Amino acid sequence: MTRLWSWGMLAIGLIYFILPLVGMTEFSLKMRRGEYSFDAYDKVFADPKFQETFTYSVGMALFTIAFGILLVVPTAYWVRLKLPGLRPYVEFITLLPLVIPAIVIVFGYIRLYNTSSWLPLTGTAMGTNLLLMFGYTTLALPYMYRAVDTGLRTIDVATLTEAAQSLGAGWFTILARVILPNVLVAVLSGAFLTFAIVIGEFTMAALLNRPAFGPYMQLLGANRAYEPAALAVIAFALTWGCMGLIQLVTRFSKHTRAQR
Amino acid sequence: MAFLDISHLEKSFGATRVVKDFNLGIEQGEFVSLLGPSGCGKTTVLRMVAGFETPSTGSISIEGKDIVGQRPNQRNIGMVFQAYALFPNLTVAQNVGFGLKIAGVEAGEAAARVGEMLSMIGLTELGSRYPFQLSGGQQQRVALARALAVRPRVLLLDEPLSALDAKIRVSLRNEIREIQQRLGITTIFVTHDQEEALSMSDRIVVMNGGIAEQVGTPFEIYNRPTTRFVAGFVGTLNMLQGEVTDAKSAIVKLEGQSVRLPRQVPAGKVTLALRPEVVSLKAGQGHDVALPGTITDVHFLGSVIRVRINTGQNVISLDTFNDAASPPPAPGQQATVSFASDALLVLND
Repeated sequence: MTRLWSWGMLAIGLIYFILPLVGMTEFSLKMRRGEYSFDAYDKVFADPKFQETFTYSVGMALFTIAFGILLVVPTAYWVRLKLPGLRPYVEFITLLPLVIPAIVIVFGYIRLYNTSSWLPLTGTAMGTNLLLMFGYTTLALPYMYRAVDTGLRTIDVATLTEAAQSLGAGWFTILARVILPNVLVAVLSGAFLTFAIVIGEFTMAALLNRPAFGPYMQLLGANRAYEPAALAVIAFALTWGCMGLIQLVTRFSKHTRAQR
Repeated sequence: MAFLDISHLEKSFGATRVVKDFNLGIEQGEFVSLLGPSGCGKTTVLRMVAGFETPSTGSISIEGKDIVGQRPNQRNIGMVFQAYALFPNLTVAQNVGFGLKIAGVEAGEAAARVGEMLSMIGLTELGSRYPFQLSGGQQQRVALARALAVRPRVLLLDEPLSALDAKIRVSLRNEIREIQQRLGITTIFVTHDQEEALSMSDRIVVMNGGIAEQVGTPFEIYNRPTTRFVAGFVGTLNMLQGEVTDAKSAIVKLEGQSVRLPRQVPAGKVTLALRPEVVSLKAGQGHDVALPGTITDVHFLGSVIRVRINTGQNVISLDTFNDAASPPPAPGQQATVSFASDALLVLND
């Protein structure tokens, strides 16, 4: 009886999540009257705006990931190694983006870095892109920090550091050749989550007026019928693709096999 | 001045003084063990030599040059850790070659040195394996090879055998000693296991409460402990209470008998120590003390039988070899323990 209930609850859960997706996917295939087709997808892929915004967001995601790794890996490592007492405070700070809405952060940015401020980042496209990248890094911080910190927990950071030091390695070498490769799976998990966040982000990109994929999705959704559904399916596929990659990387990472 | 000279070394963590006025000189090629219970400061001394802790006061010098101000990666001191500390992302060969790569050793020479090290530890065929594919003993041998590959001036071993099972411990400790002697590398070995320290070392430093209680060869430490702590920590010991009746002639009253001690002691109560192996149930050659008593316990330990005898004011343990032809003594039986008065150790507190 209990087993029946479990299966029943699982079925309800699956229907709750999958049915809207099935409905949306089916709708995205119905552009041609009376038959299923990929017309909506063709239109989306052929749209130069799609290519432009998607390329822009992918580029921003890659820069955000690189900056996030440079910021988070040394920080999390140093906190674990030298400042373990500060861990709760650092964790609290990294969680702040979850409770402070993106719109508050971006308005703060605009106020601080507008053209009449001492650092007028919004005055140029490059400056605004930089600001947007910082914003994305902030939004992804809770996920990136947690992922890296969890990775660091699986290795003996202090002893590995001392072993490398005794062999002549300096801090940069230790980070690049000992710590980073050993938390690579965790870093990649954080990177894929960052990618998924950046690809779909709307608020910051829209308010900073950058040609990102999020505002494009919103624009298309406001003006077309079938294409937004196709775009939503594409966005889902991207996110799931990222999740699948996390699993793949974890599975194929040679030296972590023993830990699983 | 010794090759490695530690002088007036002190270390405090907050208000706690962990190492107090520690002095030690180690000659080149010598194998010195720091032996003591947990929390005695032995690992802290080792970590200060490695550069992982900064001394509160004192100096550490190698070949006359003070190294206290140098960072750990500038000291050229190899270290083997209790937890192996092999880099999980690197193969065995890459682990061994790590330090060589950092030092910028040319690839061909580095590969030859890695091969030489792997052959030295008998793991030539496992060079392409990852650490998780090795046993604990193999991992520790790789850690040793990795530490030695860079040809360090000093090798530090921080309880490297503690995580291994008993059989591998014995074989690996022989292997470490053999490699150390072959390479002639100055080594400091930290352990709380007296058997390891006694069997491997040229000299032992017995530490207690942050100070070096006694420094000596394994023979001296075992046979001539100078303090009660050293005598109690190294080996099994009988503690006997006596009273000095004639300080000038070193005569002490023990269980009502007058016994002449090997050295003079001040008048009053005295604590004497006696190793179980110098006591016998049969009067032997040179045995000039005989104390009657009652057997209280008999422990069969295989090749050896440990017997405890109550002599009135003291309880004495002694070891006799197991003889299959004669049954072991039984508790309650009357017996006489005999020993040579020369074997009595007079301990300082």
